[in-house]
Amino acid sequence: MPVKKRKPKLAVWKFASCDGCQLSLLDCEDELLAIADAVEIAYFPEATRAVVRGPYDLSLVEGSITTPHDAERIHRIRRSSKYLVTIGACATSGGIQALRNFKNVNEFISLVYAHPEYIETLKVSTPIAYHVSVDFELQGCPINKRQLVELISAYLHDRKPNLPAHSVCVACKRRGTVCVMVAHGTPCLGPVTHAGCGAICPAYHRGCYGCYGPNESPQTASLAARFEALGMGHADIARAFRLFTANAEAFRHESEAHEHEA
Amino acid sequence: MARRTPKTHTPGPDDAPMLLDVEGLGRLIALLAEEGYVVLGPRVRDGAVVYDEVRRVADLPVGWTEEQAPGRYRLVRRDDEAVFGFTLGPHAWKRSLFPPRRRLWRAERSEGDGAFTIAEEPVEAPKQAFLGVRACELAAIAVQDRVFMGGAYVDPVYAARRANTFIVAVNCTQAAATCFCASMDTGPQARSGFDLALTELLDDDRHVFLLEAGTETGRSFAARLSAAPAVPEDVAAARAVVARTAEALTRTLDTDGIRDLLFGNLDHPRWDEVASRCLACTNCTLVCPTCFCSTVEDTTDLTGAVAERWQTWDSCFTMDFSYIHGGSVRKTHRARYRQWLTHKLASWIDQFGTSGCVGCGRCITWCPVGIDLTEEVRAIRESADIPPHTTSANQAQAGR
Repeated sequence: MPVKKRKPKLAVWKFASCDGCQLSLLDCEDELLAIADAVEIAYFPEATRAVVRGPYDLSLVEGSITTPHDAERIHRIRRSSKYLVTIGACATSGGIQALRNFKNVNEFISLVYAHPEYIETLKVSTPIAYHVSVDFELQGCPINKRQLVELISAYLHDRKPNLPAHSVCVACKRRGTVCVMVAHGTPCLGPVTHAGCGAICPAYHRGCYGCYGPNESPQTASLAARFEALGMGHADIARAFRLFTANAEAFRHESEAHEHEA
Repeated sequence: MARRTPKTHTPGPDDAPMLLDVEGLGRLIALLAEEGYVVLGPRVRDGAVVYDEVRRVADLPVGWTEEQAPGRYRLVRRDDEAVFGFTLGPHAWKRSLFPPRRRLWRAERSEGDGAFTIAEEPVEAPKQAFLGVRACELAAIAVQDRVFMGGAYVDPVYAARRANTFIVAVNCTQAAATCFCASMDTGPQARSGFDLALTELLDDDRHVFLLEAGTETGRSFAARLSAAPAVPEDVAAARAVVARTAEALTRTLDTDGIRDLLFGNLDHPRWDEVASRCLACTNCTLVCPTCFCSTVEDTTDLTGAVAERWQTWDSCFTMDFSYIHGGSVRKTHRARYRQWLTHKLASWIDQFGTSGCVGCGRCITWCPVGIDLTEEVRAIRESADIPPHTTSANQAQAGR
């Protein structure tokens, strides 16, 4: 393989988010030096104040668009990025802050802030792909650091990342976890949720919370009908689908269907 | 590696059935361990019976049974101390013969000329003893033997693991509500494919196991257990227990002309109906003891100095499974469910000479929404567009 002439420039951008996904990059303790060796960390305020001017080869974008200012800023970032990859539930679906999308945001503002007039915000929280074209979306709340390393490795070697979009059930079955829904009657979003976390919650006898958002073909209505049979009411079903990826299309439709029934 | 030739059991004066008490069962586990086998058997874990290492009788699910229904499994206490008084859990033995994830090779780039050296992966095949293999599971192992070792291309890891596996079968003394082995002609009596077979006999007077050998290896182990010889009445009692199990089976699958029935009804409205319930979550295929699909993933490290190829369990219910240039061939749940069921029950016959279903019922129990393949086939049969036995070859071809 030809040796790359210069190191690709990596930028990490933050929008409305908790910073947890950026921390996943810093959390790559064993691989961090190898990453720093393979790429030039050109813009990453969470880690360093040193800034290298763009354009950038690979931009990792965390967070959702919630303000008019950010709705502008993302276009500038897109223009200065060769590859733009969104990381985490906020950037890929709108995040937990997209709960505002189901209510009137002005009512929240008037209740929360002493001076609502200082707040300039959008009515809805939206994913990055709603505003600009995105080359790849890395799911998770937060993202899995091994998946992030896989993504960067794949980028560096011009190959497709191994980041399948099938259900969490695949991971449970490969690791031999007993199904919490079948054996315990615990409602679990695993069958409609994107894999990637390694099926952590069912391994600890909890149902999947859907942190990675909908999988490649989420049949949410059938799963919701099963939740009902397990004794869940419509309000609880609506809440189950309305968490970190509440604004992802399949989950949004399902929670709305049950909200109206409740 | 060559496949172990099963030494067919020829009954002789020395290998008459024996009676083993519970302590004797403990001696069998100890003997297998002494001979270097990792003994894998049923254990209670996380609210289910799973297969894992067992070292003593107390590790087995003594006094446990289960209730099974479509999409539902619950462990239940028994009112006796039966050791094998349950049927099947979510694990199949394929986990130990066809591992869920394994590295196929690893390549390293040398410092100097940048050339790659490929290190072939050593075949890991520990001596393992399966304790408590049910008749349907013996049939499933035989199906996978044909898949992995029956053709021109033998899977070396499967073959090596299979050759190093000692099988202790257990005849079922009860049926789960999801079992239908009799329909598939695979059980409940273990007929072949085992080294030793046990039938638990538990009543007010005694708690023993009828011990029968199926191979020469099994016979030599049995001879070292200092077990009492069984009398014909013991054998009759064991057969009667299994016959009662057969009578207790409630679920059935009518396999008459099933290949033509399914191929002749590829556009039956029932496929749409089941597609509205199917989650395409893959659970049915991953608990199935005969499903054998896998995928490979190529990985590199950050520096590009190391590349690896991994094989992992896959499922025909994922989009990637049918991904070719331009996208997935089977985008809809309907296409994916139909592919699975027609392969399992119909084209498997063309491909391997038997059904791909052994009637264990795991896909019914472990489907999160309780889809029951016996019900699906029944629904198609009851309102078939074309009755079985009249399908043209063209329609059969369309199912491939």
